[in-house]
Amino acid sequence: MKLEGKRLIWNEYQKEIADDNYFYVRSCVRQNFFPAAEKTFLRYMKEFGKNVFENPSHTTCSGIGYHSDIVPIETAMTMVARQFALMTESGYENFVTSCITSFGLYTEILDTWHHFPEIEEKIRVHLRNATGREFVKPKNLAHASDVTFKLRKEISKAGKYRLVNQNTGEPIRVVEHIGCHYSRMFPSKGVGGAEYPYVLVGMIEEWGGEVIDYPERRHCCGFGFRQYLIKANRGYSISASKKKFESMKPYKPELILTNCPGCPMFLDRWQYTISEMEGITYGEKGQGIPVLTYEELAGLILGYDPWDLGLQVHQVPVEPLLDKIGIPYDPERKFLDKDENSIGKPKSPSFLKFY
Amino acid sequence: MENSVIVIGGGISGMTAAGMLALQGLSVTLLEKEKETGGHLARWDRLFPDRRKASEVLDFAREGMKRVNLVTGVTVTDISRQGREFTVVINSPIPNPQSPTPDHETVLKARALLLATGFDLFEARKKEEYGYGIYNNVITSADLEDRFKLKKGILTSEGKIPARIGIVHCVGSRDEKVGNLYCSKVCCVTGVKQAIELKEMLPAAEVFNFYMDLRMFDRHFEELYYEAQQKWNVNFIRGRLSECAENPDGSIIVKTEDTLTGKPFKITVDLLVLLTGFVPAGSTGDIAGMLGLVTGTDGFINSADSHIMNNSTDIPGVFVAGAVKGPISIGEAIADARAAAIQLAIYLNSPTPADD
Repeated sequence: MKLEGKRLIWNEYQKEIADDNYFYVRSCVRQNFFPAAEKTFLRYMKEFGKNVFENPSHTTCSGIGYHSDIVPIETAMTMVARQFALMTESGYENFVTSCITSFGLYTEILDTWHHFPEIEEKIRVHLRNATGREFVKPKNLAHASDVTFKLRKEISKAGKYRLVNQNTGEPIRVVEHIGCHYSRMFPSKGVGGAEYPYVLVGMIEEWGGEVIDYPERRHCCGFGFRQYLIKANRGYSISASKKKFESMKPYKPELILTNCPGCPMFLDRWQYTISEMEGITYGEKGQGIPVLTYEELAGLILGYDPWDLGLQVHQVPVEPLLDKIGIPYDPERKFLDKDENSIGKPKSPSFLKFY
Repeated sequence: MENSVIVIGGGISGMTAAGMLALQGLSVTLLEKEKETGGHLARWDRLFPDRRKASEVLDFAREGMKRVNLVTGVTVTDISRQGREFTVVINSPIPNPQSPTPDHETVLKARALLLATGFDLFEARKKEEYGYGIYNNVITSADLEDRFKLKKGILTSEGKIPARIGIVHCVGSRDEKVGNLYCSKVCCVTGVKQAIELKEMLPAAEVFNFYMDLRMFDRHFEELYYEAQQKWNVNFIRGRLSECAENPDGSIIVKTEDTLTGKPFKITVDLLVLLTGFVPAGSTGDIAGMLGLVTGTDGFINSADSHIMNNSTDIPGVFVAGAVKGPISIGEAIADARAAAIQLAIYLNSPTPADD
């Protein structure tokens, strides 16, 4: 594989990412799946002196319903218009989303309005009639992983740890998985484009890791919306994830890094499910391959306590990765909440090594 | 200046037209941006459908150019027209310039221009999902011709004899995603020709052609396609690739669909050849801009009439030949260049051209 070929493509897909003053909108599901990821983003943004504002009135963008064929596009557009109205009312013009599907939906809607201004006018009327609100379109739209990518060098400088195996001195081997709605619809809107996205690669490289490219890198994580949301289709979901694990296994990945709400959920949870169904694990010595969001990884690099990052709710235990990097953790505190009360300990899986 | 002609472009069309014009007693200057004439033909090993050596055709064209004033390694920087006289500025001094100018350029005069700037090959890396320039064993049809010419055998980047080879049709052609809706016309038969040549060299190798449909438009092409299947056991799969990826051993996983069985499938090949199509030469747009010539939405130059004025343009005295107008085979390009030369000579010999 020729890295210079990828670099040529990466150079062609650079996007503008605002420096400061972000209006941040959350994901519908991430706080349930990986509860501290968004909190961690807000934490390090504050530490780097960035102004991030959240309006408590913001809602779902409805992208999850739109991509599940439940919410019609005009409804989705009106809800997105309301989010923009909240940004406008709050005095911001740089819009940052936590969710990849939201990012894709906002991008799609702004592009649609650009090409069909009459639709934008129609939506403005809908919003006015429904809420009395007006909006200005964002000056800059970015995903939170774009913003973290922009900060990657600062994170590296301020970091306490590197993605390096402290025992061998070798870089940690990392698989990156990009959410489909990040740049597949609009390659120019993602750092690095659609086929060889750079947004997570840039973080991994900067923080000392080694990026693994493997044959099924572009394959769906297994979420695919209707693959999972319709219960009868879940066999498709888990088989998609399994295809990826089988493909990446020969490269011996030590970490999977993601930037989407669904991807870490399915790449993490399905490893447990596959181990229970078939007794197969994909990491070393019966371990799974830890799956992290970019916020969680940034938090680890910056030296945040792993349990403050919510890593105890991951299905695949992260301890082997922490040990390799040399990040300290207190096993006794793993299942305690912030007030030191027990949050309950899950049952040990049958095959997946548990700590 | 009297009855002088400037031909821009030294590929097979420009060479042929220049030779024909010189044979008719005209003063012909051929301008070529590269150091050598021959264009893409100079890179090709053998030609379809009979697999004759490309060099034979090139030698024939060069032989016909003995009376042509050949200027290579130059770029046209400006063209203007006053009445029936054209002024062409090139970016390099040449011996005996017709008009003295600063050292870095030369001004030439002519009564007519013939544009034969040809085409560029589609830049394969723009089909990012196929991995050209990233995966070591993904090459283009032009790269394969280089290997045929060097006669060093066909090996993978790991130095192995490929056991399975894929050939992908329509790379950069008939592809809305890259903005090229047109057919590049010669890729289908090139894919068949190259498949046979690979089988000749590597009889044990399996060769798969992935195509949308096969456009065997000219005489003997269909027979070549039959030969590929019946004599050489070349496999033809009707389906477009979705993406390629690299295995740890450097082989290429191709994801595609067999549209005849209606099923997606994956196949691993040791070498993948992308049949890159035509795109307008970079210089065509520049020269069209200097002259105010109309190009189509595809970027190729529009002739005055696609049937009866196919070598003329909307500007009197400006003629076109070959792939500057769109994809064309070598045989067609030669015939087209000869036709353009005749049209141009008639124009110059006409005492009262319609435009005057």
